[in-house]
Amino acid sequence: MKKLLASASALAAIVALAPTGAAQADELTLCWAAWDPANALVELSKDFEKASGTTMKYEFVPWPNFADRMLNELNSGGKLCDLLIGDSQWIGGSAENGYYVKLNDFFDKEGIKMSDFADATVYAYSTWPKGSPNYWALPAMGDANAWFYRKDWFENPEIAGEFKAKHNRDLAPPKTWTEFKEVAQFFQGRQIDGKTVYGAAIFTERASEGITMGATSALYPYGFKYENTPGKYDMEGAVNSADAVAGLEMYKEIYECCTPPGYTDSYMGEGLDAFKSGQVAMMMNWFAFMPGMVKDEQVGKVTGFFVNPSQKVAASTLGGQGISVVANTDNMEGALAYVKWFAQPDVQKKWWALGGYACHKAVLNDPSFKDSQPFAAQFLEAMGGVQDFWQEPAYASLLQAMQRRMHDYVVADKGTAKEALDGLIQDWTAIFEEEGKL
Amino acid sequence: MPDMNAIADRVASATPPHVGKAIRGLSDRSIAWIFVAPTMILLLAINIFPLIWTVYLSFTNYASNRPNRAVVNVGLKWYQDILSSPEVWAAMQATAHFVFWTIFFQTLIGFGLAYLIDRKFRGHAFWTTIILIPMMLSPAVVGNFWKFLYQPQIGLFNYVISFFTGIPPSSFEMLGSVTLAPWAIVIVDTWMWTPYVMLICLAGLRSIPDYIYEAAEVDRASKWRQFWSITLPMALPFIMLAVLFRGIENFKMFDMVVLLTGGGPGSTTELASITLKRQAFEAYRTGYSSAFAIILFVVVFGLANIYVRALNKVKQR
Repeated sequence: MKKLLASASALAAIVALAPTGAAQADELTLCWAAWDPANALVELSKDFEKASGTTMKYEFVPWPNFADRMLNELNSGGKLCDLLIGDSQWIGGSAENGYYVKLNDFFDKEGIKMSDFADATVYAYSTWPKGSPNYWALPAMGDANAWFYRKDWFENPEIAGEFKAKHNRDLAPPKTWTEFKEVAQFFQGRQIDGKTVYGAAIFTERASEGITMGATSALYPYGFKYENTPGKYDMEGAVNSADAVAGLEMYKEIYECCTPPGYTDSYMGEGLDAFKSGQVAMMMNWFAFMPGMVKDEQVGKVTGFFVNPSQKVAASTLGGQGISVVANTDNMEGALAYVKWFAQPDVQKKWWALGGYACHKAVLNDPSFKDSQPFAAQFLEAMGGVQDFWQEPAYASLLQAMQRRMHDYVVADKGTAKEALDGLIQDWTAIFEEEGKL
Repeated sequence: MPDMNAIADRVASATPPHVGKAIRGLSDRSIAWIFVAPTMILLLAINIFPLIWTVYLSFTNYASNRPNRAVVNVGLKWYQDILSSPEVWAAMQATAHFVFWTIFFQTLIGFGLAYLIDRKFRGHAFWTTIILIPMMLSPAVVGNFWKFLYQPQIGLFNYVISFFTGIPPSSFEMLGSVTLAPWAIVIVDTWMWTPYVMLICLAGLRSIPDYIYEAAEVDRASKWRQFWSITLPMALPFIMLAVLFRGIENFKMFDMVVLLTGGGPGSTTELASITLKRQAFEAYRTGYSSAFAIILFVVVFGLANIYVRALNKVKQR
């Protein structure tokens, strides 16, 4: 019997000491997407480790699975993450379901002012309900959809001369979508250095969010709106306005005229591959990839950047994330200490220097900021006109509907742009009705 | 040969007296229950309970990402929504297309290969192994490398088609075309799983006794006649079994198609299981997706049941 009791005690001790997925007091797990900025954050956080004695652990998930993995983690009440740099669209659901800690009291206590951060980022990454002074995250990584282009091709006298002869203007980064189409068509199928090149790499991915992020980059500048009156869910005439239809038609035209063959299900990775391999003259992608591109051995020196073209208005699709404290954490004190540390202007400056997109005004308003990187000025310009997808708790259903409607129209060539947007209103209306908001 | 009596005696003497007494007090039926109970409990816990729970959820508005929302009974709403949804019917049509054509080609080619392999020839064991390789691969691997094979600019598939037809390789997109994508996934599944059908058919062909063919030879039956009167009828239960296995598998096909097309272009290759996954784990419409899962379960279960009855009839002939 004694032996049995001793064995049982030993087993109980092993079970108690075994790793449970919960963080220890001097350990913090930060969850984010697996991409270049995450590596920069690991580097940055070494300072926090030194200063606090906390060991930082990381859970970085590739983008296509990031939302699935992290939302399942939150929904299941998991304890994997103490800190989560979650997508801006998750904030509504995470706030309403109590997955994130509301940070107002903490900010007040520690003297962290939201007015120190760029207004657009506070609105997009921190607040729920939108625009209210209820903060669920600290702006961590500003981002927007923008463009990379082959500067060496644009500046090639022979190519530039041919363009000027054809279009009676200089070959330069396009300022409007109409110009963009002209430039993309000009490069499509052209022989450069003995290779056939194509106009542009755009987002067409079906499974997660790709084609929505791409299409909205055309829709927003044409005047697409989600609602006529913010907060009223009155979508008729906004989502399917004549401007929105024109924007969507433009995106499809670009897809049809100017993308490489087989470019039917492509997102960030495929775009980077196409651009780095010298296949395309222009590539749509997030600002987050620009620091990495500048350092690229093959094309870093010949790559230029430009902000998303405007049409009726200047607008860019918002990316980026805020850093939130997961309510389920076992190390609340440590997680809050990390947020406090991260909010310091000096840390934010280093964050930018390492390749992260700081949102602190101490960084952005610094007179040297615009010249600090070849894409810094464009970043500032883009962040002045960003628009985001719905951030509602039902965002996943709303996104799924848009993915299907956009891919059906743009890639599968089903119906017209008007029909696609009308259908989208139907889908979104049904979702909001199910949510009890209509 | 060990002395069984000695072993029994050793076991009996090693059994503590109180255990022996307790077991001696039990009936055979009770002992049988003791042995069966763990399996029954496991089955109830991991199969039956989730099924019952899914049925319950299918009548509610429960959403796994909305733990704070009150769970309300919605009656048959989800069932009505699903059965009247054009998207669901489109997914069911895509699934039917995929299931029918994959089974058709796999059975045809699989049986043909089995028939050829069954002939004794030099190196047939080697060729059998070679043919089996695709089914040994992971669907994730298959999905990824066929994605490269179908790539219009660098893909081998397009170059092979171009070589035989003269059509420029970059002029068609197997995965990006609404017309070709449904066939692209059929080709990949057929490539991967035909060997499996071949194996089952081969087992069927090898189970036919030689004396039947010898008797047919004596009766001067032609090879053609032998095939239709002996080979096919006797291998039919095996072929039907292969069709059943492949049918059930392909009805719930998910991984390979997601990797190849992600359900696109548009929703052209969005099979029912992909729609179900998106509703359940991306949109988190748990009630809706539970109802959808029940509908799919009933369809597969019903069809499989009808099919098994037919299979039994064929076996009894």
